Amino acid sequence: MRSMVNIALPKGRLGEKTYAMLKNAGFECPSIEETNRKLVFENPEKGVRYFWVKPSDVAIYVERGSADIGIVGKDILLEYKPDVYELLDMGMGKCKMAVAAPKGYKDIPGSTIRVATKFPTIASKHYSSKGKDIDIIKLNGSIEIAPLLGLSDVIVDIVETGSTLKANNLEVIEDIVPISARMIANKAAYKFKNQEINAIRNGLEIERGEIQ
Amino acid sequence: MTIDKNILTYEEQAVFTLRSLYSQYGYERYKMSRFEEYDLYVRNKDFLVSDDVITFTDRTGRLMALKPDVTLSIIKNTTYLKGQVQKLYYDENVYRVPEGSNSFKEIMQAGLECVGDLEPKDIAEVVVLAAKSLELLSTKFVLDVSHMGLVSALLESSGLPQSAKKSALRCMTEKNAHELSALCKAEDADATKLLAVMNAVGTPEAVLPQLKGILSTEDELKAYDELSQMCDILKDTGYGESVQLDFSVCNNLKYYSGVVFKGYVDGIPTGILSGGQYDALLKKMGNPSKAIGFAIYVDMLQDMERVQANKDYLEGLIGEING
Repeated sequence: MRSMVNIALPKGRLGEKTYAMLKNAGFECPSIEETNRKLVFENPEKGVRYFWVKPSDVAIYVERGSADIGIVGKDILLEYKPDVYELLDMGMGKCKMAVAAPKGYKDIPGSTIRVATKFPTIASKHYSSKGKDIDIIKLNGSIEIAPLLGLSDVIVDIVETGSTLKANNLEVIEDIVPISARMIANKAAYKFKNQEINAIRNGLEIERGEIQ
Repeated sequence: MTIDKNILTYEEQAVFTLRSLYSQYGYERYKMSRFEEYDLYVRNKDFLVSDDVITFTDRTGRLMALKPDVTLSIIKNTTYLKGQVQKLYYDENVYRVPEGSNSFKEIMQAGLECVGDLEPKDIAEVVVLAAKSLELLSTKFVLDVSHMGLVSALLESSGLPQSAKKSALRCMTEKNAHELSALCKAEDADATKLLAVMNAVGTPEAVLPQLKGILSTEDELKAYDELSQMCDILKDTGYGESVQLDFSVCNNLKYYSGVVFKGYVDGIPTGILSGGQYDALLKKMGNPSKAIGFAIYVDMLQDMERVQANKDYLEGLIGEING
């Protein structure tokens, strides 16, 4: 029997787009397209099992081996540094990690900057590489209001179009790193299901080429 | 009185089986004390898997540590004797903070160290013992073998500046071809050889001829010779597909200069065995010996046993959901 590949898809648009690519590449699973409340779907004929998880949890499922492969934003990989293989840049979900501040913000040299963010690891690394002292304020959402309410001086967050920033009178003052979606694989699974995982990876690479 | 094997847990059985394997090969048991002076670990902090160490002050005022590692103690207690090789194995609890955790854990670790005037056959024997250990733990295993001398020579010849080498090494361990290409492009370096070597994965018989066509500088060829000499000895062990060359296995360049390897068994999501040749550590401690060894994280077997026992039942539940 061919072994089944477990695939963690991030809930939302990125996951749906990825599934569409996988379907085109020949790894379809009809039951996933039905409307219901199930979270796990399989197509034994194609040797695939899909499940929907919270985007920020994909890396955990893959690192711990519950999923063999997964699709995840580079932001999550930089933040949690999971011990996994990063096999493909999917070339979608493109955005950037950036520092933003209220319009007209001026850094006072030598002062500790208060930084609100969902990504404390990325923010600390960015500022320590510049030798700056910061005070990290970890938030879980609506980061943009933190500087307006005086909770922080700046924010470190994902910027896609910049419209949320603009609507809240913030602007990007520094880019940190470009972000896009990546295909990751569990290290042990890549040993024992090598052919199956490579077939999916190569399928996605071809599909990616057709979109671009 | 004979002991009923069934009263032993899977991990305990594994430890005893490994002990008998290593003693068959002339390895002697090394038993360390629970505590070492903290100084030993501070001096070699980068060698440890995690930075955190449990410390306390003993009655004479010395700062002591609950052992986070066995290798450093073994190395500290070996002396160099010309032409001699010391072969030691151990099974010990160590105390560490596992990655992603906030508290200390007692971790059962088994392993061996081979120290002294090592010859290629000694090094090959350790790699064979790593494969044999994995085979005893599971019928389905893979041992990935790499060579840090080769990786470091490739980083050198690529033209990457020192500051970018760490990122390049991380890309290698992630098999991250897209970022490695981008990094080299940004630094005006040549990624061709690094990428070719990263993608050359498979049995030594398949990969060595490929490497021969890729490598060119003196350092690269020197490392290649070492590697191929070792693979020659491995060839007769008949491990086939289970022993692979895979240059995504990279350890800290500061300590590891020769062969490095990582072992996986089916059912455990991360590497259960990790090892390599760490001559630079001994040099730093003023010992002219060479040394190679590996550790097996025995406590991972506990998870494997539990997950496997439950697997069919859970698969059945998923099957039911999908009608």
